[in-house]
Amino acid sequence: MISALRGTLVRIGHNFIENVWRVGAMARFFAMVLLASGTSFRRFRLVMREVYFTGVLSLIIIMVSGLFVGMVLGLQGFETLQKYGAQESIGVLVSLSLVRELGPVVSALLFASRAGSAITAEIGLMKATEQLTAMDMMAVSPTARVIAPRFWAGVISMPMLAALFSAMGVFGGYLVGVVLVGVDNGAFWSQMQAAVDFRYDVMSGVVKSLVFGVAVTVIATFEGFDAPPTAEGVSGATTRTVVSSALTILALDLVLTAFMLRGDH
Amino acid sequence: MSEENLVEIDAVSFGYDRRPVLEGISMRMPRGKIVAIMGGSGCGKTTLLRLTGGQLRPTRGAVRIAGQVVHELDDEGLYALRRRMSMLFQFGALFTDMSVFDNVAFPLREHADLPEPMVRDLVLMKLEAVGLRGAHALMPSELSGGMARRVALARAVVMDPMLILYDEPFAGLDPIAMSVVGSLIRRLNDALGATSILVTHDVVESLQIVDYLYFVAEGRVVGEGTPEEIRRTTMPVVRQFVHGEIDGPVPFHYPAPGYDADVGLAAAGGAR
Repeated sequence: MISALRGTLVRIGHNFIENVWRVGAMARFFAMVLLASGTSFRRFRLVMREVYFTGVLSLIIIMVSGLFVGMVLGLQGFETLQKYGAQESIGVLVSLSLVRELGPVVSALLFASRAGSAITAEIGLMKATEQLTAMDMMAVSPTARVIAPRFWAGVISMPMLAALFSAMGVFGGYLVGVVLVGVDNGAFWSQMQAAVDFRYDVMSGVVKSLVFGVAVTVIATFEGFDAPPTAEGVSGATTRTVVSSALTILALDLVLTAFMLRGDH
Repeated sequence: MSEENLVEIDAVSFGYDRRPVLEGISMRMPRGKIVAIMGGSGCGKTTLLRLTGGQLRPTRGAVRIAGQVVHELDDEGLYALRRRMSMLFQFGALFTDMSVFDNVAFPLREHADLPEPMVRDLVLMKLEAVGLRGAHALMPSELSGGMARRVALARAVVMDPMLILYDEPFAGLDPIAMSVVGSLIRRLNDALGATSILVTHDVVESLQIVDYLYFVAEGRVVGEGTPEEIRRTTMPVVRQFVHGEIDGPVPFHYPAPGYDADVGLAAAGGAR
């Protein structure tokens, strides 16, 4: 009984120390990436190439998901708002939900699943097949040549993807609200324009998506770089990227929302 | 350090997690020569290569390349040294997202500020030397193992290095590809005036192309000599390795208690 309890405590303690160690290692890795970012800015085409792989290739999933989320918001919103005779506010509901919360959060979750996992798998496999070591032996820093361009590509892509997600969501809300259930077109757009504040609503979404972009790409590149050079190692790292990114995005969203909420609104 | 040696390994010891791998190993690699380091799997050959390339730090002793102690160099110094050397990895380690041409051009584009037409000429020249100029547009996934090794060889020599490290260059190759890679290693080394360190356990191919051999077992140098001396050697460990004998100083059996006791025969006999 005592030895079983001791074993459990040892396991919990070990996992806790392991996780604290990983957070520290990730912070050091992040600092290394920032210090090695000079090459990415001098040879910006390296970043643009990665923007294609992480951003452009994520467009379909982001836009289709945005459209569906916007349509669902429109349907659910209309159902509730019409009870109070406020169905013309459907544009406000859809746009504020998307711009403030759902746009950055859901697009970041999708970005982590699609681009984050791909980044981890690619870097992990490069490590397993000694490509990173070969680069290092050629006096080319893998952090500067492989990691930093992917990091900056993620940071650049994420706000754009979140903006596209929100735009497609608003369009989905329009399709449901105006085209399907017949809310007045003018009221839909004018109420939205009046309610959405660029500085507080749009910019808060942009800041969130930037922070999520940094978090997801740091996690994805670190997990790939740190993956044991085996098939199981790469597969485990890919899973950890998706799980850690999702939890980090949701936790950061809570913190950022708490800081950004205004009492007078 | 002697002027005639490009690489000197002086009393180097190294271990992983307190498990000793190398214990006081010393070797000399003269300029312009190909030196092979041979030994069974897990004897520390690749570790020696990584210590030479500065990927690992010795726990004792030092590796000197052109008079510089490798583990005392800072990052900048190490990269400056690595620009004058290259390494061929066991399975080539080609960049899978780049064509054959771009793989060979990679070191030139990273380190030499050359116009693209000149890069093209140099790359095609090196690919011609390994017989793969016609494959320059292929991707690594379209190459056989032997072709990948030859492309990696072209990439390793594209900057005309003073030192080339080979990690098991013959592993997994058919006899023709093995012979091609072996002859290329010799020809390119002589043409460039480079020094090569070849880590391998392929005895037949190595004895044909190298100038000197070291045999490593249990973390120590157990034999050395020219190919002719090695062929005539009477040292039991080296003989066993060269002739592929199953049992000898390197035992067939992993240490274990007596077989009879393990399968219960001794106990049964005692009970009777």
